Parts: sequence; structure tokens; C-alpha cells
Amino acid sequence: MQINGAQMVIEALIAEGVDTVFGYPGGAIMNVYDEIYKQNKFKHILTRHEQAAVHAAEGYSKASGKVGVAMITSGPGFTNAVTGLADAYMDSIPLVVISGQVPMSLIGTDAFQEIDAVGISRSCTKHNYLVTDAKDLGRVLKEAFYIAASGRPGPVHVDIPKDVTAQLGEFDYSIPVDIQTYKPHTKGNPRQIKKAMEAIAGSKRPLFYLGGGIINSNAAYEVRDLVKKTGIPAVETFMARGTLSFDDNLLISMLGMHGSYAANMAMSETDMVIALGARFDDRVTGKLSEFAKNAGVIHVDIDPASISKLVNADFPIVGDIKDVVNKMLELVGDINPDNYESWRETINNFDELHPLTFHENTANIKPQWVVKRVGELLGDDANISTDVGQHQMWSAQFYPFSRPRQWISSGGLGTMGFGFPAAIGVKAAAPEKISINITGDGSILMNIQELMTAVERKLPVINIILNNNYLGMVRQWQTLFYNKRHSETDLSVQPDFVKLSEAFGGIGYRVTTKEEFDFALKDAIEKNVVAIIDVVVERLENVMPMVPSGGSLFNMMLLEKKEK
Amino acid sequence: MSENVRRVVSVIVVNEASVLSRITDLFSARGYNITSLTVAPIPESKYSRLTIVTSGSVRVIEQITKQLHKLIPVLKVYEHADLVEKEMALVKFPITENISDINAICEAYNGRIVNVGNDVIITMVADEPKRVEHYLEAIRRYNPKEIVRSGAVALER
Repeated sequence: MQINGAQMVIEALIAEGVDTVFGYPGGAIMNVYDEIYKQNKFKHILTRHEQAAVHAAEGYSKASGKVGVAMITSGPGFTNAVTGLADAYMDSIPLVVISGQVPMSLIGTDAFQEIDAVGISRSCTKHNYLVTDAKDLGRVLKEAFYIAASGRPGPVHVDIPKDVTAQLGEFDYSIPVDIQTYKPHTKGNPRQIKKAMEAIAGSKRPLFYLGGGIINSNAAYEVRDLVKKTGIPAVETFMARGTLSFDDNLLISMLGMHGSYAANMAMSETDMVIALGARFDDRVTGKLSEFAKNAGVIHVDIDPASISKLVNADFPIVGDIKDVVNKMLELVGDINPDNYESWRETINNFDELHPLTFHENTANIKPQWVVKRVGELLGDDANISTDVGQHQMWSAQFYPFSRPRQWISSGGLGTMGFGFPAAIGVKAAAPEKISINITGDGSILMNIQELMTAVERKLPVINIILNNNYLGMVRQWQTLFYNKRHSETDLSVQPDFVKLSEAFGGIGYRVTTKEEFDFALKDAIEKNVVAIIDVVVERLENVMPMVPSGGSLFNMMLLEKKEK
Repeated sequence: MSENVRRVVSVIVVNEASVLSRITDLFSARGYNITSLTVAPIPESKYSRLTIVTSGSVRVIEQITKQLHKLIPVLKVYEHADLVEKEMALVKFPITENISDINAICEAYNGRIVNVGNDVIITMVADEPKRVEHYLEAIRRYNPKEIVRSGAVALER
């Protein structure tokens, strides 16, 4: 039977088991939206901006582990979505983003709402397609889902001209994907793994360096097992938060620019780095030539291009983390945890010397306290999304993460405006959990229109603004490195966030004391509606410790000793 | 380690729309050099072969081959060590120059006169890129009007 291209899109999404699509209609994608209207197999969530549609799909994907789907129109619809594509590309989030395009006959004529979408998305997607014939649609969409989710995951963009969505053709989605030129390598080489395990057994101060690839690979529980059985301490990257539970004795903390003293010192002192799905990002390594200077490096990654890109790997292992860690677990008997007793002791001493903490010494609420308090009150019951800036780092530092996929934040691209739409996607994926967006007074305004989406679709995200009336992270750098010239970072002029939330049909709280905060959070959860909790926090608080950009990990600016 | 080396990389890609952009975008996005680039379809297949002459540190070259391989339509990437490498050059001379001298030089570089017009002659040489450079150096005194180089093609020995 012949169906049109738009129906093919719907059939493909259904066949892929998609239950939620985030999007925004427009001229070139109208044929597909007409078919969305006619079906009831999946729900469509109308965001109020295309960027938010993609971020919501990212949040959905990160919380669920499934491929996120977003749909947008041509021209400005697509260009608005580009930030989301770039964000997903940097953080290896599997997405399929479908955009409308002007009809084939108009391509290249500077038609209304025409832009070279695949030309733009090429550099910020794992792969992209311009579909020029409806007979290719089934194959292309199937490949798109496969490419997005397999190997190192990432966003795939499919651009479909309007006449192709109207074109009739045969549709057979049962034909298996066969891409001659794309065969991701998932099985780790057993001999190489054995050699790596011997190297670990021979080392005195080994250290697990856990990265976001573990979350993508759904291997956190295998990694927990490996860490436990080897007795080797572990640091997590920002992207890996939740791999180990916060109360795991072997978890040191996050490392990097705002990592803990103990985590960064451990990385500086280790003699064997065991990198699992981590990519030696500059925010992690600091000055490369000083990074883990005296250590051998075992690097496990599904992406061969990540290995020895920045730090040479002595034991490169290409493969899916889950497969490799399972093979490591088979050999774990060769490693004696007792050998690392004094190393663990050393790290504990680092931690006692400069623990990751903050000073409770003013009348104002400390932003870190808010994060900690949310953790105490909600812990495992909440999924935590964030925007980008100081609040994000405090969240990564102080929230007691207890499971993978609990932490949803824009790491690689650092996209302000990510948090709220992502938290909407998270709530859609995991309705049983409380969806919190910890945000700043700068970031929240970058996708504030999503209050409408959340209210309309009854997705009760709780936005907690750590409000310091500053673009805080930039302000911090200006204070530290620009002689306190706070250029364009003072955000003293603000909307009334309570009224703003109410104007969209949500609820709002302005909080200046700890008691008020406790009340607001409990009340918002009880009322189960979209909320903004605007928390007035200490204005000039800095994120500490801090490795200045380009500095060595062991050269941290530390929290000042408590002033009397 | 940071010393730059010249490398010839061959890339076998699916012969489809925009595949060349994917390759060149990758080079520009990551700041890699392209010294020369030639592309042509491989006979009786759905693939094309690109020959890219590039330079960079050993680590950069390794990254180039890995990143190229990551592109979905890329089937194979060869970083050549032992290869036969040839490049072609076409040169236009005024007919008033000493044609027999020019012809003799061409012959020394695997070439000859391929076209004679009213005002100009055109020569062709095909040789190793280094030798093509020597040739272009040698013919400078004959006032070449136009020079076209093809970029290198290469095959593993």
C-alpha cells in the first residue's frame, strides 16, 4: 500500500517505539503535523520555542536512556534548534531531530523560510540527511535512530522537503539497517583488557576516572561493582555524576576546574589512570602537560578518536564500557584491594585537609546550602536538571546523587537556557520523580517561555533560582581575573519571578530565609504544579575550589579559611 | 612530537551528495591543513576515492585519520607510508619561447607538449610532487603564462 511521506514519518516513529515528540509546527513541516493530529500512538508536546523542543528531547533522552525526538519547521524553526543539536552533539545525547524544508523545486532559490539546514547541522550532528525522495524515508529514519543510539551516541538531523512529505510511495520499515561504512566497535579486545588489568595490579596508586560514557552505556552498576571489588578510589567527571552513589566510600568527588581538592590531588598523584568513558576535556585536565604527570593511562572509550586525542593512552581499549567492564570484572581476582590501603589513606588525608564545603557565616542563604538542602529533603526522589553557571557547579558539587540519569546538565556546550526545557523533558520521561531545575537568575530568562509548556502539559517542574542578581560565573571570573571590573554582569534589574510564574499559571515563592525555603519546596511539591522558587542568596559567593583556566590541577584556589 | 610531518591520506567514501563537504568541514572545523585534495569516483563501485595531502604533528595526523573514519559515509582511511605518488601540472607558454628547450625539460619530467595553438603551447608533466616542483622551477625562465597543478594521487606499493 502506498502512503505519503508524512505518514511514513509517523509510522517510523511508532515503529521505533517513540512515545513523546517535542516540537513546534510551521509551514514546511505542516504535512507531518497533519498526520500527528490524526494519530494517537504518541504524544506531541508543544514547546514555545524550537530550542526548547530540542533541549526537552535531550532531557527526555538523558532521563530515559531512549532516543529523544524533536520536530521543527524550516528556516528560523531549524536555526532556533541548532543550539540544541550542538548541545546534544557535545554531550553525546542520542536524538533524532526532524525538520521541514521548502519543496525540492524551491531549494536554492532563497525561498521563504529556506536555509541550508544540512549545511548548518553538518558540524554539530553525528550525521544528517536531506531526504529527496519519499522512497528513501523509511531507510533514512531507521538509519537515523540506529546511528543516534549506537556507538558513541549523538544527534542525527533529518531534513525533509515539503513535497517529499506529500509524495506517495511504498513503505517497509522491516528492512534491517545495513550501513556498510558504519560498524561501531563495541567489544573490547580481551588481550588488551588483560594487559590493562595486569598494569592495574602492578600499580600502587591507581585511580578510576569515570566519565559520562558510563551513563550512556548504562554501565554504572557494573562500574560500581568494579570499583568495590578492586578497592580503587574513583573520581567522577561532571558528566558522570551519579555513576557511584554519593555515600560510596571510594568516591572521592568530582574533579576538574571546580573539582574537590582531594579529587584533583588524587589525579595529580596517581600512577595509573583508569579512564572509563571520559574524554580528558580541558575543564577536567587543566594544564595538560601537568595532568596525571607520572601516571600510566588506561583509556576505555567507544570512540577511537577520543583515545590519545589529548593524553596519550598506554592501554587504549576501544569498546562499549559495559562490555569492557564486564570483562574486567572477570579478571578482578588478580587485583588485591589491600594493596591500595595507604593510597586510600593518602586521599582521605587530602580530603580532611581541604574538604569540599562552604562557610555558613552570613545572614543570607548560601547558594550551596540550597543545593544541599534539596538533597536532604528529596535525595533519590528528585531528578536534577540545571542551567549553566555557578548554580550548576554548586549542584554538581553538593547534590547527593545516588543513581545514574539523575543528573541532567549541559556539560560540553555549556548552554544557558538548557535547564528548564530539559527538566520538562525529564518530567515527561520520569513522571514518578520530582523534576527540579536548579538555575540562576541569568539562565532562567533564556527559556522562561517554557513556563507555558509546563503549565499546559501539567509537567510540574520546580525551578529553583539561586538568585544573586549577577551573571554569577562571569562575575566570579571578573572578580578574580579582571580586577573586579564587573562588565555587564550586574543583573539587579529583574522581573518579579513570583508574578511571572503566576502570569503563566504556575506558582511562585520569593525566599529569603531557610525556613521559607523549606516551606516553599514542600508546598510546591504538595501542590504538584509548575513553580518558581526565587531564592535570594549571598551575592558575591564564589565557586571553590577553582583551577584557573590553563592552570595545573594541583594548583587550586581554595576556600578561604573561615573568617571570624 | 610536535614536529610537523607531511602525509598522504586516502579516503574511500560513499559517492553521495555532500560527502565532500563533510570531509572539508571536518578539516576546517578542527583546524587541520589540506595541502591538496583530489577526488574521483572509483570505477564500477558506489565509492569515490579522495587523496588528501596534509601536514601536522604525528598526533594531529592520527586524529585526522580517526576523525575521518568517524564520518558515517567513510568506508576506509589509509595513512600511506610506502606509496607511489604522482601529480600532474599543465603549463601554458607563449609560442615565441624556445619550444625545443621546453620540450626537452618536459621529457625529463615524464611530460610533453600536449597542445599547440596560434599564440601558446601547453605542456603536461606527471611526476612526484617534489619533481613537479623542480620542473616548475626549471621552466620559470620561459615565461609561463599559466600553471595548473592537479594535487597528488597515490597508491600504496
